[in-house]
Amino acid sequence: MHYEYILIRYGEIALKGKNRKFFTQKLQENVQSELKDIPDIKVKRQRDRMYILLNGQDPEPIINRCKTIFGIHSLSKAIKVDNEEEQIKKAALFALQEAQGVNTFKVTTKRTDKNFPVRSQQFNQVLGGYLLKNTEGYTVDVHQPDMELRVEIRQDGTYITSQKILAAGGLPVGSSGKTLLLLSGGIDSPVAGYLTMKRGVQVEAVHFHSPPFTSERAKQKVFDLARQLTKYGHSIRIHVVPFTKLQQKVHQVIPHGYSMTVMRRMMMRISEQIASREGILSLTTGESLGQVASQTMESMHAINEVTNYPVLRPLITMDKEDIIDISQQIDTYDISIRPYEDCCTVFVPDAPKTMPRKEKVNQFEQAEDFSDLLTETLENIEVVTIDSQAKEEEFDALL
Amino acid sequence: MIYLDNSATTKPYQEVIDSFTQVSEKYYGNPSSIHRTGAAAERLLWRARQQAAELLDVKEEEIVFTSGGTEGNNTAIKGIALAHQKRGRHIITSCIEHPSVLEACRGLEGLGFSVTYLPVNHQGLVDPAAVEAAITEETILISIMHVNNELGTIQPVEEIGKIAKQYPKLHFHVDHVQGFGKVPMPLTNSGIDLCTISGHKIHGLKGTGLLYAKKGTHLFPLMHGGGQEQSIRSGTENLAGTVSLVKALRLILEEQQKGKQHLLDMKERLWSCLDKTKQVSINSPAGHAPHIINISVPGFKPEVLIHALSEKGYYISTKSACSSKNEDVSAVLAACGMPESKSSSALRISLSYHNQQREIEGFCKALGETLHQFSEVMG
Repeated sequence: MHYEYILIRYGEIALKGKNRKFFTQKLQENVQSELKDIPDIKVKRQRDRMYILLNGQDPEPIINRCKTIFGIHSLSKAIKVDNEEEQIKKAALFALQEAQGVNTFKVTTKRTDKNFPVRSQQFNQVLGGYLLKNTEGYTVDVHQPDMELRVEIRQDGTYITSQKILAAGGLPVGSSGKTLLLLSGGIDSPVAGYLTMKRGVQVEAVHFHSPPFTSERAKQKVFDLARQLTKYGHSIRIHVVPFTKLQQKVHQVIPHGYSMTVMRRMMMRISEQIASREGILSLTTGESLGQVASQTMESMHAINEVTNYPVLRPLITMDKEDIIDISQQIDTYDISIRPYEDCCTVFVPDAPKTMPRKEKVNQFEQAEDFSDLLTETLENIEVVTIDSQAKEEEFDALL
Repeated sequence: MIYLDNSATTKPYQEVIDSFTQVSEKYYGNPSSIHRTGAAAERLLWRARQQAAELLDVKEEEIVFTSGGTEGNNTAIKGIALAHQKRGRHIITSCIEHPSVLEACRGLEGLGFSVTYLPVNHQGLVDPAAVEAAITEETILISIMHVNNELGTIQPVEEIGKIAKQYPKLHFHVDHVQGFGKVPMPLTNSGIDLCTISGHKIHGLKGTGLLYAKKGTHLFPLMHGGGQEQSIRSGTENLAGTVSLVKALRLILEEQQKGKQHLLDMKERLWSCLDKTKQVSINSPAGHAPHIINISVPGFKPEVLIHALSEKGYYISTKSACSSKNEDVSAVLAACGMPESKSSSALRISLSYHNQQREIEGFCKALGETLHQFSEVMG
């Protein structure tokens, strides 16, 4: 005997009213795309759940991949048999014995096919008794079982489902529009990207690159971070902005206490331009209130002035430790701590203003003409698409 | 030439040699250099580590590239002993381990550590209950091999791992040199903290290997220096060797998928022909590793048989190649309680996925002829 299905339960989508179909369709697409290299399987969508028809494929690797797809609340392996007592018993026995780390169980029967002669409550007892008689070392625990064996007797057959495996939750990526993530290479911005993706948002990234002050390795680091994020949804386009000239000019002409504020404003202006030309409706940053000079209330006030786009700041109230915890969970931490300079760590003034005044920033900026440099920068952006599989054909051939 | 000594070493895959030369020519930069050539080398090293981690289903930072089995075993055993000696100075191993484990332990005994060398039964099996019984407050390490290099006995590492898990203070090391690519051994959740793999036993190159060191396992390094390989093994990385090793890992695991039955079929054929040869007695336990058969031909000097067979083009070995030079009996077979007539006349035939049934047939015929030819003189 083997498992024939994986049952997928929806997360928050289940609460959606008339839009439900839009969300479930999106989720189906995402699941199909994640599993596209596995032959013979089928992803079937129903109103209240989804099934992956295995057709002989091993369920474990599929479950592992599905665990990171947003919009899935939980998964279970399932067997379908005819509505016939002996068959159901055998399948239940298989499911119990196959499960790992289970000492206690309970059986929950749901009988929607009233033609089946045994009532649910009674069938729980029949099945429980059968399982206890044919196994050793298991006990029944109806309150907190290690495994709830669900038996659903429907018109089209009986579904026996194994342990519930919790997945990532959230909403299907792509169901909440698109954002442009400012991805620096630090610990915070990938976490911000992950959290927006979790709310169903599709992410593109912008990275400011200042060679030779920042190295190829720093750029590669950002690509690696983005690749880590692709695990949670889709390939990610990165807009790599050649920032050296603009950054040098800011450093030269703006009083040092204010150069950081102006630099951030330049980043916002450029990001907004990219968003506007790509049809993206918001920006996302990894800012957390009070973490560094640019993330004080005054700084955000002065920096935010240059854009009318909504700026999503999923980490704004989070403590650094909590952000680090998430970055470790999503495997971006070890990449983020690679010790390369990024555009935010070069040209840092000794004492950046933590309370910059908006009027002063405007006054300093207006005294200079940045427009040509801004245009030049925007014209030379390089766009790189990062896929879930690292495509480095030269390396792949060697390995 | 028919090569049936694959537990001594294997012929490298052509693809592995190609990777080695290509990397040596093209990516000679030092991964620690900050310029572009260095960055490319670092990147390639990272990709190799990533692929190795994926193939073993572990984390990237848990992979330490080494020069092979002996280094892996020494790094694990001495590394744990020296790093944790304040916690305890007792080590448990078995008496049929590879010399790189046994001698490392004996060396540590000289430094004041105490070592329990567990006995094995007639099949060469360690009893997990004996492992547990040997654990004391002082125990910091259990080192048990997966597949024995002389007999092919598969040790119950899964059960020992379960025991080790209950003693969070001690570490469990598995010498997986003979098993990798032939006998699967999952690392995740296994209770195994350290696992040694060698390149040249899996059609990789000599001088390559890796040690799996579970995240959080603290080792005192044998090599101090620039902090390469998570500071466990300093020294400029052998990038070409590493890339070639990771390629060999991938290829052998692919072959394991496809060639499992082929290997079993060959072993079965070999086993039945040896079983029928009256001068031969089979020492390997039935149903163990699919690639090693150890036999004894009492009354025949093993060296003579080896030379006679190699003249006919068949290459096998006595005991293990690593200790073939010692004149005495096989310590492994002696530990299994075999009489000297057997333990001093042992031969090992070890297969790879690349052998063919007709080679096995040929070998059986050649062995039969040789025995017949010499039985008048020696038998």
